[in-house]
Amino acid sequence: MATDETFPLDPPRPRALPVPPPIGETAPARRILIGAAIGFLALVLALPLAGVFTEGLRKGLGAYLAAFADEDALAAIRLTLLVAAISVPANLVFGVAAAWAITRFSFPGKSALITLIDLPFSVSPVVSGLVFVLLFGANGLVGPWLAAHGLKVIFAVPGLVLATIFVTLPFVARELIPIMQAQGSADEEAALTLGADGWTIFRRVTLPNIKWGLLYGVLLCNARAMGEFGAVSVVSGHIRGLTNTMPLQVEILYDEYDFVGAFAMASALALLALVTLVLVTFLEWRYGDELAGRGH
Amino acid sequence: MTTMAIAAAPRRRPPLVTGILPGFGLAMGWTVVWLSAIVLVPLAALAWKASGLGLSGLVALLRDARVLAALELSFGAAFLAALIDAVFGLVVAWVLTRYRFPGRSLIDAAVDLPFALPTAVAGITLAALFAPTGWIGLLLEPLGIQVAYSRLGVVVALVFVGLPFVVRTVQPLLADLDREVEEAAATLGASRTATVFRVLLPPLLPAILTGFTLAFARGVGEYGSIVFIAGNMPYLTEIAPLLIVIRLEEFDYVGATGIACVMLTVSFTLLFAINALQAWASRRW
Repeated sequence: MATDETFPLDPPRPRALPVPPPIGETAPARRILIGAAIGFLALVLALPLAGVFTEGLRKGLGAYLAAFADEDALAAIRLTLLVAAISVPANLVFGVAAAWAITRFSFPGKSALITLIDLPFSVSPVVSGLVFVLLFGANGLVGPWLAAHGLKVIFAVPGLVLATIFVTLPFVARELIPIMQAQGSADEEAALTLGADGWTIFRRVTLPNIKWGLLYGVLLCNARAMGEFGAVSVVSGHIRGLTNTMPLQVEILYDEYDFVGAFAMASALALLALVTLVLVTFLEWRYGDELAGRGH
Repeated sequence: MTTMAIAAAPRRRPPLVTGILPGFGLAMGWTVVWLSAIVLVPLAALAWKASGLGLSGLVALLRDARVLAALELSFGAAFLAALIDAVFGLVVAWVLTRYRFPGRSLIDAAVDLPFALPTAVAGITLAALFAPTGWIGLLLEPLGIQVAYSRLGVVVALVFVGLPFVVRTVQPLLADLDREVEEAAATLGASRTATVFRVLLPPLLPAILTGFTLAFARGVGEYGSIVFIAGNMPYLTEIAPLLIVIRLEEFDYVGATGIACVMLTVSFTLLFAINALQAWASRRW
């Protein structure tokens, strides 16, 4: 191995390996790979993130904060919160129901059902909005009927909510199904034999087991619901103060060359993304075992 | 119940639904109702609108040069971006699973940023960075490379959006790889390069392909992160989802539906391909 050994029968214990381990890369190769990975990620991830805040603060903190005092900006923030407040709980209920049916019972067509739940992920956001225009728009399938009854879905809040629910539908179910599958139903069946009713079983046995996975799914669902752009863009109609969510407000301000306003609003959304990432990473670190069944 | 069942039909078929816990009707009922109302009925509306177009109409639509250029750009740029993501995603996944260095877990968490960052935010930021006056644009301008408002800009945006797909599909597999296989290759005298390319990469290939396909499928439909950086010139830098939006603004519902149908057909084929690929991979390894 090393050539300067004088007492081969009693070699001094080397402090570091003198030759690279046979199954690892050499130190220079390792440094190049780490450098390439970090360089690429800095270019692709860190720079854009730094860019959002720098552009927003370009004209100082005063201009940055003033962008949030604008009436339309406040309306956009309120609308985004409203849309998320409806669509996230709706998909939370759906996700729990779907996971309960899929993981606690066996029935024909289960894998087809799982594929259907995943479907919105493989549909372009623009198409997700389009389908609701074709259904509820002025020339749509039920649009004329809605118009006759004075109901407005497209270019109004209900359309925004529907499109958001569509694109965020899989999030909670996708988190819960692998977790509940991995945990099995032995705990619930034990509770059943002890005489607990369905609601009690869910609340006292299932919920404590899945609460971190549930929170994980809700965080991702909420981030997408608040940040969705393509789908809501199609159904919104871009009416200022009425149907503009935060991402749509970003677009309008940007197109009007109000870059400070656009990036200020964008930085609020970027902050939401960062908070989501931090919370999700914390959950993975702290409750990794309970989330272990999760597959991305 | 069981005694009655035995008395009535001693050799009846096994029940369709098995499981002793309560709540199947409610859970399954709500799942089906919600899924139908939100996903299936709206997608059926798309199929209904497309059926008005007919096959000949669809073919005629695909002969339209502007539609063709948009579809070409969306698919071509998504393919190229997915290819770049596959290469760099593999390097990132390798570095994150194999090496320990300061800041590793921070970087590991940051890989998910494109999942969490709203596409419009990514879009305006990339446009600002790559504009001739932006941080990166300033560096590229003397070299004569223009990223913003060109087809290259579309690829750059899609590389950002698709990266986590490759990293997150390859990472778990890479972590599970048996180190003994590498040790065996090394003891048999294989060089490190040979070990990496002929022993380690083959079992990773299905995961890389799955990540590639996911990134590609996402890229084909991507809208928000592209429209700000692309410049949106018809025939040149106009992506297919944008053309759908434009057709809708012109109240050309049929035209919009036609483009959407082509994109959906490809997406669903890809989804099917991914599932087949994973089934094949899980059988093989």
